[in-house]
Amino acid sequence: MNHTLPSESEFGGEASISAPPSKFDVFADRGFRSATAMFAWLTVALVFLIVYEVGGSAMPAIQKHGVGFLTTQTWDLQSEQFGVLPEIWGTLYSSFLALIIGGFFGISIAIFLTQDFLPRKIEWAFKNIVELLAAIPSVVYGLWGIFVVIPMLRPTATWLHENLGWIPFFGTSLSGPGMLPAALVLAIMILPTVSAISRDSLNNVPNRLKEAAVGLGATRWEAIFGVILPTASKGIFGALVLGFGRALGETMALAMLVGNSNQMSISLFSPGNTLAALLANHFPEAGKDEEPVLMYAALVLLAITLLVNICGAFVLKRASRRTAGSH
Amino acid sequence: MLCRLAFPFVAITALAAAIAGCSSSTSSGSVESIKLQGSGASFPAPLYGRWFKEYSGAVNGVRIDYQAKGSGGGIKDFIEHTVDFAASDAAMNDEEIGQVDGGVVLLPMTAGSVVLAYNLPKLKSPLKLSREAYVGIFLGKISSWDDAAIAKSNDGVELPKLPITVVQRADSSGTTFVFTNHLSAVSEEFKNGPGVGKSVNWPSSDKFIAAPKNDGVTATIKQTPGAIGYIEFGFADQAKLPMANLESKAGKFVSPSLDNAKAALAGVEMPADMRAWLPDPEADSAYPIVSYTWLLCYPKYEDTAKADALKEMIIWCLNEGQNSSAEMGYVPLPANVVEAVTAKLDSIQ
Repeated sequence: MNHTLPSESEFGGEASISAPPSKFDVFADRGFRSATAMFAWLTVALVFLIVYEVGGSAMPAIQKHGVGFLTTQTWDLQSEQFGVLPEIWGTLYSSFLALIIGGFFGISIAIFLTQDFLPRKIEWAFKNIVELLAAIPSVVYGLWGIFVVIPMLRPTATWLHENLGWIPFFGTSLSGPGMLPAALVLAIMILPTVSAISRDSLNNVPNRLKEAAVGLGATRWEAIFGVILPTASKGIFGALVLGFGRALGETMALAMLVGNSNQMSISLFSPGNTLAALLANHFPEAGKDEEPVLMYAALVLLAITLLVNICGAFVLKRASRRTAGSH
Repeated sequence: MLCRLAFPFVAITALAAAIAGCSSSTSSGSVESIKLQGSGASFPAPLYGRWFKEYSGAVNGVRIDYQAKGSGGGIKDFIEHTVDFAASDAAMNDEEIGQVDGGVVLLPMTAGSVVLAYNLPKLKSPLKLSREAYVGIFLGKISSWDDAAIAKSNDGVELPKLPITVVQRADSSGTTFVFTNHLSAVSEEFKNGPGVGKSVNWPSSDKFIAAPKNDGVTATIKQTPGAIGYIEFGFADQAKLPMANLESKAGKFVSPSLDNAKAALAGVEMPADMRAWLPDPEADSAYPIVSYTWLLCYPKYEDTAKADALKEMIIWCLNEGQNSSAEMGYVPLPANVVEAVTAKLDSIQ
């Protein structure tokens, strides 16, 4: 009879497990919620701040060069003529090539690593090796490209140009740095991103789907291509969009491998330039008259990246609606 | 094999350091140590790096950090007063000097040659390039190694039927300035075309490629059969790339040796502001593309200890330092220039 309830003020409400949340709990809970909300909004605000800052610094160039900046091809500091059409072309072309190559290999690796082709331990080692590729610095990729990839490509490129030169893709001979070496190295750089995310989404496909398919008489490959891949397609597509975004912004390796030549060509062997490489090369020494122009170029790159991500999200939404039934 | 492995590795470290633009800084134990911060030209960076290290070793308590971010970057830092001194291969033009509060003292520290390094593995003797030939190559008018303009001055040499790949600098650079300054002095067409500058509008062609920094150009030439490009002598020397003998103003083919570079410097009178250019030296055996490279200092420092340390360091570089110039592929300053620079130091306080 003498055990009375301890007053809440004395023990802070901890006497019983079912006690209502203390003021501190409520405070911490609310604090955490508002902190996460704040950080989320800060991230959004940061994007706007960056666009605002870059746009503000680019304003003099935007006013001076206008839309012509996007459609002309000269970059001449002396006569103050600036145009980034070759760079826009080079950015999209190299990233697209990298996406085709890197996407193909990335998804293949993801299938190989998730569909029980390998013993668990080897699978684990293999996965880590692929992911290690992401840890190699860009400069090392660039040097590897110069010293290994280009010499390796040269005989094939020369043969292709000499014998199949009438195909526009092989229209010029490979001098060294150029689109193809750049795209190949880019493909390897996006490989970890593409394969890791694709692997995750393939792993998330419920096993019973595969069992059901096999149960209905599908072969292993039929199950992979007919059931598992379509089910995981949303995630795989997301992986490709991310990989593409990574390729668009890659700087140093490209500055070293793409040839930095201010021209547009469909030939895989001809040198080109990308927006990121242009910025990397010119920014450190840009004077007062060049800086706004480079900021304008940066804004263009930002716009392209945003556009790709928005388009990606849009396509993803449509694709997921179409494949939703297969779950 | 070892050599083939070693080169990329050296290049990796060099390039990584150059691109990151980071100078290694170690904390010094001495409380009274003076720290001098400098940035600028990458062309004399190997030599400056060695000088500053040796000097810091010889003189206790002075530490010098130098970031090889390029001449343009150095001038920018200097104008914004974020460094104690800067370095530039293109000195400073009047407009740039006008932007510096308090003015600038320009001090030539060493000189270097810009060479045309090439990659023609089957060629035994050094290539001779006439003025017509090398201007033509860099204007994109001569596009094959067996062109008559090149063959004319290379009797008995079997030139390959190979397209010429021209490698130039992708970033803005003092080396480009020195080189285009020479080409413009030699050719009216070049002057009216690409012109003189730290970065110029090279002809648009799929055989004109650009690489970042001296290291990048060197590596690209080394890996590209049929390539030719302009780099600082020391870089070509270290990479063991063959360098072309160029036709001088006197009509002789001159190799980019130390003596021939000295011959070029000998003919130059140093003006009061220390901005001496030799776009096309006259002497018989003068190598045509030689340039001084400058340190930029402020005439007045708030911290007098700093000014004194800087002056002592420069005096050391002008005397003891010159001994290592030749070893690293740079041209030691002629005695009269050392004297003039030493006298000029008095204007720094």
